[in-house]
Amino acid sequence: MDVDLRIKRFDPEKDDKPHWEEYRVTVDEGDRVLDALHQVRWFQDGSLAFRRSCAHGVCGSDAMVINGANRLACVLLVRDVGARITVEPLRGLPVLKDLVVDMDAFFAQYRAVQPWLHNDTDAGATERLQSPEQRARFDDTTKCILCAACTTSCPIYWANDTYVGPAAIVNAHRFIFDSRDTAGDQRMEILDAQSGVWKCRTAFNCTDACPRGIKVTEAIQDVKRAIIR
Amino acid sequence: MDIHRHTFDAVIVGAGGAGLRAAIETAGKCRTAVISKLYPTRSHTGAAQGGMCAALANVEEDSWEWHAFDTVKGGDYLVDQPAAEIMCREAVDAVIELEHFGLPFNRTPEGRIDQRRFGGHTRNHGEAPVKRACYAADRTGHMILQTLYQQCVARGVVFFDEFQVLDVAFVDGAPRAGVAGVVAHELATGDLHVFECTAALFATGGFGRIFKVSSNAHTLTGDGPGLLWRRGVPLEDMEFFQFHPTGINKLGILLSEAARGEGGILRNVDGERFMERYAPTVKDLAPRDMVSRAMLTEIRQGRGAGPDKDFLYLDLTHLPPSQIDEKLPDIAEFVRTYQGIEPKTDLIPIQPTAHYAMGGIPTNVSAEVVLDADDTVAPGLYAAGECACVSVHGANRLGTNSLLDIVVFGRRGGAAMAQFVQGRQPPGLAAGFEGAVKSTIDALLSGQGTERVATIRGELQEQMTLHASVFRTDESLRSVAATIDGLKERYRSVAVTDQSRHFNYELSEALELGYLLDVAQALVAAALARTESRGGHFRDDHPLRDDANWMRHSLAHRRPDGSIRLDYKPVVGGPYLPMERKY
Repeated sequence: MDVDLRIKRFDPEKDDKPHWEEYRVTVDEGDRVLDALHQVRWFQDGSLAFRRSCAHGVCGSDAMVINGANRLACVLLVRDVGARITVEPLRGLPVLKDLVVDMDAFFAQYRAVQPWLHNDTDAGATERLQSPEQRARFDDTTKCILCAACTTSCPIYWANDTYVGPAAIVNAHRFIFDSRDTAGDQRMEILDAQSGVWKCRTAFNCTDACPRGIKVTEAIQDVKRAIIR
Repeated sequence: MDIHRHTFDAVIVGAGGAGLRAAIETAGKCRTAVISKLYPTRSHTGAAQGGMCAALANVEEDSWEWHAFDTVKGGDYLVDQPAAEIMCREAVDAVIELEHFGLPFNRTPEGRIDQRRFGGHTRNHGEAPVKRACYAADRTGHMILQTLYQQCVARGVVFFDEFQVLDVAFVDGAPRAGVAGVVAHELATGDLHVFECTAALFATGGFGRIFKVSSNAHTLTGDGPGLLWRRGVPLEDMEFFQFHPTGINKLGILLSEAARGEGGILRNVDGERFMERYAPTVKDLAPRDMVSRAMLTEIRQGRGAGPDKDFLYLDLTHLPPSQIDEKLPDIAEFVRTYQGIEPKTDLIPIQPTAHYAMGGIPTNVSAEVVLDADDTVAPGLYAAGECACVSVHGANRLGTNSLLDIVVFGRRGGAAMAQFVQGRQPPGLAAGFEGAVKSTIDALLSGQGTERVATIRGELQEQMTLHASVFRTDESLRSVAATIDGLKERYRSVAVTDQSRHFNYELSEALELGYLLDVAQALVAAALARTESRGGHFRDDHPLRDDANWMRHSLAHRRPDGSIRLDYKPVVGGPYLPMERKY
């Protein structure tokens, strides 16, 4: 089938401001939007910049705004979006070129919640025990692939880039509710600050945006409740 | 194009599991830079699904020695047995260490790390399948990648993200004289960065993108093996490439072997569980090379499904729905997304997919790169993970052993490298060394080319799939060798239409295509020479294993004129004598 792609282009070395360009590509219905973008880069316009790697929704490279919603281009099939596809870079992060955004702030916010297991006790030569129920408590938030779809869907984040954003909170949640972790209080102190969870107004955009199906808003609420306790 | 210079004791190229594990080992011990063409968390380790084997015996009786036997037998006796012993023995500590690092493994009711079955892993030397794979649902690789990255963040490891390494420098241009540095292309600016170093570890992953249908990421293009090969490092056992039985039909997206470990069954168009005929004891859990061959045999004999009778089925419909939700959630979602069917009720169309390179940069068990049949070490040069060949996988890797390999040999490589740099100073690079990369890029950007990257790459992938995949013959390999020669000639006039320097992905893909062509050429040359069938290398015209002549590893050397010289070194034996491979 023929698909009309409308892509927001911006090259800071050439352009004063972003502009739209249109491309017609021929793809199969079952093809990914990523395949359509490849058709453009490979056969029509080699200068189209977008990140991608795994092409099946596990590496988190190709989050972008497709027909108005934050999606991974490799998880969305053409048949599910139709023959007119509008593609823009993620909102809320600086555009470096076309669909490539600057991820530095995003990863800095991730690092701010100390995203690693804290536990100084000697576990000896065997695993730390954890019941299946304890393990299940934080299962959902272990799925995060750091694609930034949630954070860049958040209206609070658009207006206020000091907010750590949903992805950082998801990654804090993954440790706060891990029975083996000893730094929950430290992380909650970080998230209790002005840039933390209280900025969230439960718009649920993040939950809608997550390509891994993580209940992001619920995770944020979990953290809020834990801080109050 | 600006040139930037950096000096580090150790440079790690690639930030998947092997590179990150190596970085954890060097952190705090020496100045280390991790250079990756992707953000580390985009690395393809994250796509690994099923598990990581270690004989913890948490669920069933097990021993590392049984694991080593399975690894050797699974590798069709081309495995270097001391290396397999090390890997399987150290597997237990490696899993425990990952757990201590925070990896959220699935748990037994007692709270221990849970384990499940996987292809080729058996109790007591082949008696029956054993539960040996430690796992985190069907995203074990994701959790390993995340956990190792988290530990690197905790240690303040220095990363150069979206820097593509394109060249390596040796003292006097000779690998045996030692490493001097690497040259990287910064994607964001188009600038070149010269990293002077005392030691370098390559952990750049695989090169499955030489084939059309592959489970591999677009970025798995053999950069590490390719650039080292061009500078005089041989490539070992390149003819051995693994095709995973259960790729999503046409797309090649991986559906983990864990699906069969949890009880899934392969069926042909008649609904028959055909693996009972090929591997009566372990059936669907036979090693991947055997299952992929069995599948294509079914298809050749007309028992494939679909209008072209060219695919088979993975059947999960008899599994309790809750088991699919809890143990296989991601692959179930892949099936829904890409095939539009429900794995709980529908048969899943599948076909073998190019998955894993057993061969690569030759190393010893300390991950030091070795240069010849005498195992001469290239001082300061290391490799680990899929880009390397230790050889622990021999002619066919067992499922889960890749995640084990990256952790065990990433750690060993990092430790060896941290020790090597003590008391040594970077030997320094010849002035203007980066000139070779600069002129390659300038030529590509000159706008003189006429050939499209995607066209050449597409032809390579198509022809490799037709002629150098599961079944091979002298004729098919000669045909694809000629194709590659022609494509390499055309590659000399490849076009990059985008002249800009920053985020020029067309340029990156053109450079990657050069490596794809090189590693494909090495693979085909080694496959043509090996007139036997073993593991992942099957020759219709030489269908039997030939231990008298071929218990040896191939080493493909690139001559200065670009032609290939093949050389061999013996397999390092051990307690297990070659026997017929039955399952």
